[in-house]
Amino acid sequence: MDTGAIFEREVVRHLDAAYNLARWLARNDADAEDVVQEAVLRAFRFFGGFRGGDAKVWLLAIVRNTFYTQRSQLPAAGSVDEFDEAIHGGEDHDDPQAVLLRAADAQRLHAALERLPPEFREVLVLRELEGCSYKEIASITNLKIGTVMSRLARARERLQRELTRREVAA
Amino acid sequence: MNCQDVRLLLHAYLDDELGAADGVAVTRHLAGCEACMQRVRAYTRTRDDLRGADLYRHAPAALRTRIAARLPRPAVVQRTPRRAWNLALAALAALCVIAALFAGWQTLQLRRAAGHALVVDAVSDHVRSLLPGHLIDVRSTSEHTVKPWFDGRLDFSPQVKDLTAQGFELIGGRLDVLDGRQVAALVYKRHLHTINLFQWPGSGAGASVSRTRDGYHVLEWSDAGLRFIAVSSVAKVDLQAFERAFRAVPSAASEAAH
Repeated sequence: MDTGAIFEREVVRHLDAAYNLARWLARNDADAEDVVQEAVLRAFRFFGGFRGGDAKVWLLAIVRNTFYTQRSQLPAAGSVDEFDEAIHGGEDHDDPQAVLLRAADAQRLHAALERLPPEFREVLVLRELEGCSYKEIASITNLKIGTVMSRLARARERLQRELTRREVAA
Repeated sequence: MNCQDVRLLLHAYLDDELGAADGVAVTRHLAGCEACMQRVRAYTRTRDDLRGADLYRHAPAALRTRIAARLPRPAVVQRTPRRAWNLALAALAALCVIAALFAGWQTLQLRRAAGHALVVDAVSDHVRSLLPGHLIDVRSTSEHTVKPWFDGRLDFSPQVKDLTAQGFELIGGRLDVLDGRQVAALVYKRHLHTINLFQWPGSGAGASVSRTRDGYHVLEWSDAGLRFIAVSSVAKVDLQAFERAFRAVPSAASEAAH
């Protein structure tokens, strides 16, 4: 068995996870495929330096870096969290009654998730769709676990708001 | 703990990522605060909705094909033109090997060299094992996984040893046939080389006999009522080092018995 076969066994089997993250970051098929293809080829080049550990986390970190590199817009650490803190003050967006009224269907969830800033979108996708632990998300996004926790909290509040706002508009 | 604290922590609480002390504090607050409790319900529902909404995007088959074509091996997809082509090449290579082996076998028959048929068989098994999908039935680097796998599949108990420390990584095992009987085949890695170690009950010369056949090194020895044949493309000294390492390390069974 050669390196290619080992790479397949360890890394390529996480291609769905790679694509899911890339697709939600890029928000269209063509860009997502470009990101995944480049990420997997980069992963193969770096595979010699991969010293065990969780291959999925390793690959997803490369996918994420590839996406932001292609966009040349790696988010500044913490910026989104501070920004959101500023607009977060009011209680009205988080009125539990209003939140409970909504009946989220898949299309609205999809649209609301797509409207979130990528920094929020990625932690939600990793947590809710990929089932990653906070520790795994921290490794993938290169954030501290505490930041993952607060960003996930804000991401969910923001998503909740998006869902509520759409309901009011409708 | 007030509502503002809980608003941040309740997500980690829902995700089962909160430390015990904070978890207790949140639980206590929720018991007395209907507003926060409603948030918990709302977020739980959104989370369930997200997970149930079929939002997961799977990699398209075309992407798999494209990536497979650009990796050194067509590893990703089941059936692509390139894979088919490689299979054809592999089949052709196998045919050549079989033809070469057959020619060699005829020569051997003429020489009537005793014992050589076994070596030919072993080399043939080794070559066949290198074809895609033939190498391993049980894939594990742990002797404690590989050894039990053989139980019930063989009428003897093979020696399975982890030689990672000696530079020979155990990657798995499979059943094979040598000289008309079922044998255990252990697969080890030495750098990028594959070593097949066949073993079955029998007695022979205790000391090892080394041969070279079609560019492969073959090493035979017997030990503790078992016969061993190791086949590989590694250097002869490496294969001899492998034999020494294998003989020196106690097997999984004897280790467990102690």
